Amino acid sequence: MPTADILPLPRADFAGPFSAALLFPDAETPALVTGPRGKRAEKRYDVYRNNVTVSLIAALASIFPAVERITGPDFFRAMARFHIRETPPTSPLLFDYGRNFADFIDRYAYAQDMPWLSDVARIERLWLDSYHAADAPVLAAEALAAVPPDDLPALRFQPHPAARLVSSPHPAITIFAMNRGSGPVGRVENQSEHGLIARIDDEVTVRRLHSGVFAFLRALFDGDPLAAAAATALDADAAFDLPGAIGEMISAGAFSHIRTEADHVEHA
Amino acid sequence: MAKAEMTSSLLETGAALRFPRISPAGQAGTSFKPEHLAAIIAESGPQGFFEVHAENYMGAGGPPHRALERIRRDYPVSLHGVCMSLGGPQPLDREHLARFKTLVDRYEPALVSEHLAWSTHLDTYLNDLLPLPYTAATLSHVCDHIDEMQTAIGRPILLENPSTYVLFKDSSMSETEFISEISRRTGCGLLLDVNNVFVSATNHGFSALDYLRDFPLSKVGEIHLAGHAEQADDEGDLLLIDSHDGPVADAVWRLYEIVIARRGPAPTLIEWDSQIPDWPVLRAEALAAQAILDRHAGHREASHAHG
Repeated sequence: MPTADILPLPRADFAGPFSAALLFPDAETPALVTGPRGKRAEKRYDVYRNNVTVSLIAALASIFPAVERITGPDFFRAMARFHIRETPPTSPLLFDYGRNFADFIDRYAYAQDMPWLSDVARIERLWLDSYHAADAPVLAAEALAAVPPDDLPALRFQPHPAARLVSSPHPAITIFAMNRGSGPVGRVENQSEHGLIARIDDEVTVRRLHSGVFAFLRALFDGDPLAAAAATALDADAAFDLPGAIGEMISAGAFSHIRTEADHVEHA
Repeated sequence: MAKAEMTSSLLETGAALRFPRISPAGQAGTSFKPEHLAAIIAESGPQGFFEVHAENYMGAGGPPHRALERIRRDYPVSLHGVCMSLGGPQPLDREHLARFKTLVDRYEPALVSEHLAWSTHLDTYLNDLLPLPYTAATLSHVCDHIDEMQTAIGRPILLENPSTYVLFKDSSMSETEFISEISRRTGCGLLLDVNNVFVSATNHGFSALDYLRDFPLSKVGEIHLAGHAEQADDEGDLLLIDSHDGPVADAVWRLYEIVIARRGPAPTLIEWDSQIPDWPVLRAEALAAQAILDRHAGHREASHAHG
């Protein structure tokens, strides 16, 4: 109840009191609103409460459809509601929301028996980043073929803006792929997985990579030249096939440009 | 207009995309939903205009921009902002304003609109169109915000009347007085959402016809029509929810025809944002609006003034 020693709010500051109870169903309806002709405002205010929470749950569900399919809608709704209260969006661009959701899942008591679930969420968040990433041409194999052999060891590869690397101690990529659609799910071998998310012709794809190819790509994405990245890959996997890996990554759309030390000219 | 050829030749030279000017005057349009793109392209002939929520196209690149480029090539586009928070007391988000301007420059929309509402408080984005009290202080804030937005994007906007569920004890002006004064002070046009009028009139027990009588129809550059849902308030009376999840109600169609008969045809949008139907169902709603527009074509055609 308001008391006499509380200073009146400036007239324009209605947003603070109005929004304070929006995310909290047990908080009292703000005193500054009313129904018409003195009617009560509780259920009326609840419409806004409901709009905020339901629409943000829907936003998370649209970013994390595989997580929702795995947990079921009721579990997902409850988990999302906790997360929204703890970490509401700070940008009006909702396709940027949910960056802390995977970390929240790691801490969420009811998700502890699904240790791979947060990595599925991480893949879904990266999938959407890839989807909205800047447009750029993908590197053509011909551009690489035109590089003089002497320049190859020092060659650097520019990651495509839509390319992202994923790595999980769990089979998170397989679980993600099984649950992104509505197809049947099967048994999954419990092993670590590495992968590349990339976009070609406006189609985002997630592919699994052998450990050598993943180490190679991660070194290139970190800015290492080709020779150093190949050495890193051979350390990770003695059977690493350099020409095969380069061809596979070019056709996957991992890169946008190559750059030689000598000419500093970019080749697309 | 050889628009397709022009666009592709510009793309080849790496120049920014430029689009033909296509007027939505006298046309009915629909919310653009990417899932309808294939069906829209497959049909030949006019399909009205398309409205998009600006924020959905503020990503750096990717499929959303391909879809909007494709639509914008052949149809007038209306850019509808939903989260500028013009109605809030805090300063506008400069970054968001810059993103909005980039989008206006890139797609050269026929119509640009925003809401008399707010959605951000401090750093929290609440993702709903929240209401404001109508007072001298809030009027002054909203006008400053609209001035700032219109200056930033270099063109006037259309401001949409809200649907509301609560009133503020502090309010000292009616919504129509408030909106009329905003338009007078800022020069902005208005987007009249007829469903919002019906929803608010029902929720607050006023006459929708009185509201429309007081509303400055000459400033209206676009009309919205949408479906609503029914709930109950604390007293068990009907409380309407602006849900955009179904066909336009009969009562709203009647109000719409009254508006068009008085004002003359204005670009009219069917908003349908959840439980989205197949394209033919949505298009049929737009054709129902088009039939009313056509019935009043040539009658007080004032839409060019604000379209």
